[in-house]
Amino acid sequence: MVRNQSPAPTPSFWFEPVTQYQAKIYVTLRPSVLDPAGTAVETGLQHLGHEGIEDVRIGKYVELKLAADSEEAAKAQLDQMCDQLLANPVIENYRFELAAA
Amino acid sequence: MKFGIIVFPGSNCDRDMQWVSQGLLQQPTRMVWHQNSDLSDIDIVVIPGGFSYGDYLRCGAIARFSPALRATIEHAQAGKPVLGICNGFQILTEAGLLPGALVRNANLHFVCDRVPLTVERNDLLWTQNYQAGQTITLPIAHGEGRYHADAETLQALEDNRQVVFRYGGDGLGGNPNGSCNDIAGICNRQGNVMGMMPHPERASDGAIGGSDGLALFQGLVKTLVTA
Repeated sequence: MVRNQSPAPTPSFWFEPVTQYQAKIYVTLRPSVLDPAGTAVETGLQHLGHEGIEDVRIGKYVELKLAADSEEAAKAQLDQMCDQLLANPVIENYRFELAAA
Repeated sequence: MKFGIIVFPGSNCDRDMQWVSQGLLQQPTRMVWHQNSDLSDIDIVVIPGGFSYGDYLRCGAIARFSPALRATIEHAQAGKPVLGICNGFQILTEAGLLPGALVRNANLHFVCDRVPLTVERNDLLWTQNYQAGQTITLPIAHGEGRYHADAETLQALEDNRQVVFRYGGDGLGGNPNGSCNDIAGICNRQGNVMGMMPHPERASDGAIGGSDGLALFQGLVKTLVTA
């Protein structure tokens, strides 16, 4: 016997607009941190005959998709992810671009 | 006195460490899988060398979030001893238990060598069996061992005498990786957490050449058994 005939409550998130975002995250070494790999690449470029090359710095690029209620919420979440894991604030800076996917 | 050695996927010095604590020093030793979060029976936690989680993203970055590491942080905060060797040192900085970071060697080489070190102080649990200013020789094997911190942090490390081991000895010079202030190993302010890039556990059994690292572990056993 079915005891409870009342309809299931509608989940509260049902009516909140959740947007899918695409984030592009750039992690770069802080200017004060020596980048020997960047220097080696710079030398390579010069050997290839490229003139006027300087300040080659190698960083990381991360793409990810995330669902959030608003752009503000998505940015706050990205800041948290970058501070906690994607970048090490002792040696790296980060910036990101966000667009609705 | 019980050793707990954290084992991550990619750790490769865990057995070397076990051979020292259990084999040479006859101390109870438990290998702690990274998903285990109970360290209540452990006196000293050792985070061994290797390439935890393949060094993905940054050395030590992922290991820091494992259950065993969370338990290690609590162990450290309770004032109990934690030793990080090589990758273990990298993990301790990522976890924020030690300041600074370890980055790519200045010469871009993976350096595998035996290097002279100066023991900066011997009033720590870790170095009590050495003399202050003593030169010892330990193996190093790393590609990302260049200690980096901003000027303010370096000054604080020096002011608080947190540098425990420095590359070079007896004026020999020789900084193998470009570390700031020739730093090879540091401790936290309290002194119960130490991280070092050189491998004392690989220089403890004379059969494989060199035993300058054994005094570190003998000192631990001496203190913790009598405590």
